[in-house]
Amino acid sequence: MVIEQTYFIRGGDFSHAGDASSKVKKLLKQLGVDARKIKNIVIALYEAEVNIVAHAWEGMIRISIEADRISCTLEDKGPGIEDIGQAMVEGYSTASKEVREMGFGAGMGLSNIKRNTDVLEITSEVGVGTKVYMVNYF
Amino acid sequence: MKISDILQLTEARVVCGSFSSQTEVERAFSSDLMSDVLTLDSENILLITGLANPQSIRTAEMADIHFILLVRNKKATEEMIRLAEENHITLMETPFSLFRTSGILYQAGLMPVY
Ligand SMILES: Nc1ncnc2c1ncn2[C@@H]1O[C@H](COP(=O)(O)OP(=O)(O)OP(=O)(O)O)[C@@H](O)[C@H]1O
Ligand SMILES: [Mg+2]
Repeated sequence: MVIEQTYFIRGGDFSHAGDASSKVKKLLKQLGVDARKIKNIVIALYEAEVNIVAHAWEGMIRISIEADRISCTLEDKGPGIEDIGQAMVEGYSTASKEVREMGFGAGMGLSNIKRNTDVLEITSEVGVGTKVYMVNYF
Repeated sequence: MKISDILQLTEARVVCGSFSSQTEVERAFSSDLMSDVLTLDSENILLITGLANPQSIRTAEMADIHFILLVRNKKATEEMIRLAEENHITLMETPFSLFRTSGILYQAGLMPVY
């Protein structure tokens, strides 16, 4: 059995940032996934969701749950990331003052995602958008 | 440290959530930057923050944090309360600043995360 879900994300909409990750968390709980694994998955997903809200214009999250794994694909239309290696460095952030006032901009998001996933692939085109693909095994 | 002691020491009030007189947290972490909070590995912690928007609740939800203490008389918004109730998170408000709150609780024996 494969469970698939899609969520739309609006850039700049901090009042709803995290809604998708919250729904995924509740779904994984229902499915009886180990709590520690759920925490890893939703921390990574939430960071990636907030990155769309904070840095991009709009995006889509697609998740697919199989017997042994969850795969999440987050695709956005936005400014893209010029140097992904640099963006991954802890503390590196281009977050605006508005984003910082919302509690983000520590420059920890991407490294948090890395630490909490088994597979992480980021591709990006400047001026077009960013795609984040991540997999966690149960 | 017992939640009831935390409330008393910081002159805080409970905005929403329920817990027993014996409920305790082991450690605390003070931050207004949510990704910083999301790096924590510890269980059973109190989040002390000045961030009064729904993202502090969402962050706690993702990190399995069940207790949030809002500092400096920041008022929890209706949306925050709704999210906290939905996720069984206890929200508290203290008039003290982040520094003062942290200092008092540290001195009283509440352990830091790092
Ligand atoms: N989806 C995205 N679109 C465009 N740029 C992005 C995207 N995600 C990340 N970035 C860029 O990478 C940088 C680092 O991202 P990261 O998530 O690590 O930190 P942050 O979002 O700035 O702060 P934090 O996540 O700690 O709140 C961002 O500041 C931004 O420049
Ligand atoms: Mg981020």
